[in-house]
Amino acid sequence: MTEEKPATAPAPRAIVAGHGDFAAGLISAVQQITGRGDQLVPVAVQKLSVADIEALLREKMVAAGVNVIFTDLQAGSCTMASRRILRGMDDAVLIAGANLPTLLDFVFAEGKSPSDAARHAAERGRAAISVHGAGA
Amino acid sequence: MTLLLYRIDDRLIHGQVVVGWGQPLGLKFIVLVDDTVAESDWEQELYRMGVPPEMEVFFLSTADAIKALSTYQSDKRPGLLLTGDIATMRKLVDGGGATIPTVNVGGIHSKPGRSQKMRYVFLTPEEEHELRELATRGPIVTAQDVPSARPVPLSDLLEGDES
Repeated sequence: MTEEKPATAPAPRAIVAGHGDFAAGLISAVQQITGRGDQLVPVAVQKLSVADIEALLREKMVAAGVNVIFTDLQAGSCTMASRRILRGMDDAVLIAGANLPTLLDFVFAEGKSPSDAARHAAERGRAAISVHGAGA
Repeated sequence: MTLLLYRIDDRLIHGQVVVGWGQPLGLKFIVLVDDTVAESDWEQELYRMGVPPEMEVFFLSTADAIKALSTYQSDKRPGLLLTGDIATMRKLVDGGGATIPTVNVGGIHSKPGRSQKMRYVFLTPEEEHELRELATRGPIVTAQDVPSARPVPLSDLLEGDES
């Protein structure tokens, strides 16, 4: 009988940040669907000022060693803070308006560089929105 | 129409402003009063990218905003005026450029020295005093993060009574 090795969590590859429980909720869905939620680090910012959001995102990026950020809303505080961070990081990528299909594509694109995977995932997320019924 | 909301929000332009208030009020313009942003093209571009193309944003220093306030109040489109702190709003109220009838405390977030009053309002003792002073100048001051929430009177806000 061979001893089963414990599965090791993959290294994080991106930050997910947004309003309310957006990040935790989406990552929970990614985990349920793929088992790859560990690639994503959730960040919640409800009580923070913009400056503190920026500091927290920087801290999480450094701690996780990632340079990709997914956010929920173009006008959101996390997006604003991330754009400030990007100003000083040529190799970092921000994807605003991320949805579940975006993240699902990203976590399966391990062969690509994180930034290429993020760009591909953004296209996949954009294309995944459809309207059905009511004469659509 | 006129300026429909005079809001203090340290996040300035963000989701609650653009979507939460912007859609139900049908906002067509935002007057962002902030001395730092008014001097930085990069900051202005950052905030401008957060709003839909049909929504205009004007970036003004406090001094310029005092002079131009009545002009924006007479704009026929629905608009919102935004400051990032209480002190700036108080200068607008005291400036005499025009009457500000109401002040909405939309978000003042946690930082050292501040204590929590509501889920989205944290104040230093000096800021509490400044809000009280602001209210004595005439505007009705309430806290309300989004339109669907109850406007919380200043007295309740300062007592931390959000219910």
